[in-house]
Amino acid sequence: MNRAFIFLIIGTIAVFASDVISGEVQKQSLNLSAIVMFLLFVSGTLGITYWAAKKTKSAKDFYTAGGGITGFQNGMAIAGDYMSAASFLGISGLVYMKGYDGLIYSIGFLVGWPIILFLIAEPLRNLGKYTFADVASYRLRQTPVRTLAASGSIATVVLYLIAQMVGSGKLIQLLFGLQYEMAVVLVGVLMILYVVFGGMLATTWVQIIKAFLLLSGASFMAIAVMAHYDFSFGSLFAHATELKGIEIMSPGGLVSDPISAISLAVALMFGTAGLPHILMRFFTVSDAKEARKSVFYATGFIGYFYILTFIIGFGAIVMVFQNPEYLDLAKQAIDGGSPILGGSNMAAIHLSHAVGGDFFLGFISAVAFATILAVVSGLTLAGASAISHDLYASVLRKGRVDSMTEMKVSKIATVVLGIVAIIMGIAFENQNIAFVVGLAFAIAASANFPILVLSMYWRKLTTRGAVIGGTMGLSSAVILLILSPVVWVSILGNKTAIFPYEYPALFSVTIAFITTWFFSITDNSQGAKDEQEAFEAQFIRSQTGIGAEGASSH
Amino acid sequence: MNKELVEKIKNDPNYKELVSKRNGFALKLSILMLAVYFIFILTIAFVPKVLGTPISPDSVTTIGIPVGMAVIIFAFVLTGIYTKRANGEFDDLNNKIKNSIKDKQ
Repeated sequence: MNRAFIFLIIGTIAVFASDVISGEVQKQSLNLSAIVMFLLFVSGTLGITYWAAKKTKSAKDFYTAGGGITGFQNGMAIAGDYMSAASFLGISGLVYMKGYDGLIYSIGFLVGWPIILFLIAEPLRNLGKYTFADVASYRLRQTPVRTLAASGSIATVVLYLIAQMVGSGKLIQLLFGLQYEMAVVLVGVLMILYVVFGGMLATTWVQIIKAFLLLSGASFMAIAVMAHYDFSFGSLFAHATELKGIEIMSPGGLVSDPISAISLAVALMFGTAGLPHILMRFFTVSDAKEARKSVFYATGFIGYFYILTFIIGFGAIVMVFQNPEYLDLAKQAIDGGSPILGGSNMAAIHLSHAVGGDFFLGFISAVAFATILAVVSGLTLAGASAISHDLYASVLRKGRVDSMTEMKVSKIATVVLGIVAIIMGIAFENQNIAFVVGLAFAIAASANFPILVLSMYWRKLTTRGAVIGGTMGLSSAVILLILSPVVWVSILGNKTAIFPYEYPALFSVTIAFITTWFFSITDNSQGAKDEQEAFEAQFIRSQTGIGAEGASSH
Repeated sequence: MNKELVEKIKNDPNYKELVSKRNGFALKLSILMLAVYFIFILTIAFVPKVLGTPISPDSVTTIGIPVGMAVIIFAFVLTGIYTKRANGEFDDLNNKIKNSIKDKQ
């Protein structure tokens, strides 16, 4: 296996290097430092993958890194999963465009974390083994509940992957001058390498290193901006409003009516608590104590990161906006205004050049690439565990499967998911995919979260209730989003939307909870009675951790 | 976990104390977080002008900036408060429960 691994690494680097070097001749020279730093990151992380491959001997190692990650490391990795290229570039771009609205958006992403800590983290760690479906199906019938939970996981993962792949292709195309298809294939291949050979251990360390690099780079940018204004927010804001007007300091059109506001809040809060690649990370620590610490550190890193992106967005207003160096002249000639090269999502990238020159631009570009790699790896691993652990080992083989076979199936699933991601990434290149992440959050909030939280805390939950409620949540989230302005008007070209709100979560989550409740309390079967009786033992384990999965012995 | 063990833990006063204290605490903190966030987001939805008020007449900085930062810091502080109490007091109670059943596992 190791020989195959080394061969693949050398092959990948050779292909990548030859392509960028030959492309480099005609492209601008600013990419050289980016490419060198990116190659350093790739070779470093592949080295880690090689080390991790030797330590990954069982399914438990593969899914949970052996359960020996510390709270601090896991907090960093969780923060890394959350600080995707989309949130780094997207939120700083939103602040750059709309000022204060960007802050409202990032606060919505943050406030789910305390709730995860208070209600989800410990029972999840105490009850589960590899996936959140372990918890949802703990005392319910395995086949239907796992199938549902795995469908919710796979749907969330695939949607998220599409968004990441398309975003990454475009970003890499812009930053490194690589062809779009080439960039998507490169991301897909590297991600498969990390996950197949290094499992959760490599995926976690890739994520930790990237989180460290991203936080360092973003800190440097924020400090450079603030130093320019003698560390006075007042003068930074004063200069920014001179350029963009006073309205950037107030809430704008992001949340226009109370229903949309609450619905967005529900999607972000409960969606975060239902993201399979995040939930999976709680199984990598040894016990509930470390799980709590993970969330504490993660919340700190994420909160700090959002404060940085806010400063970076304002920094871009004062240093990038109307700066002739970053102006997209071709676009300005058609549309007027002061568009920047690559669109507003490139605000942070241009700012890195403004504060640190070509070298720092290279660093931030390489970090953005690394961010994509780390996030798609975590997503793929989560999707692969849903396929191998939930669908294959538990549903298809009824648990009668040895650890090695299960691990092999998850590696095959990883390769398949990687290929699917590459194909989807290429297929969706020119599609409007703005709704995709919203849909992923809506499904996570409406299908995954209600079943997970009710299975933990509600004695009367039955298989019938969970399956009907989860299915209703999933389908209503999808249907309402199709009927909403985001898809019905923007994509399908109809005049008015059938469902008037942009975010379906408030309605689909409510539907999920009500149907789960109704079909559970009206379930008088013997199976339902047994499931309700089994709650006591489950609750004791969830509260005390007695009988919980420990760290592996080596 | 067998029936006998379930009954024993269920009637353990330490277990009762752990469950009621921890879940009460977790619920209180959750409600606090939700309340702060929903007040914030509903203020924006209903009366957006409030957060757009400058902090002083000659400043462009609005009240919204420190309030937004405060919500972020508040979320972090809450996780710190919970983690500290859970890793201390609650885990001590939990260890008592675990020790009392050591011979039975």
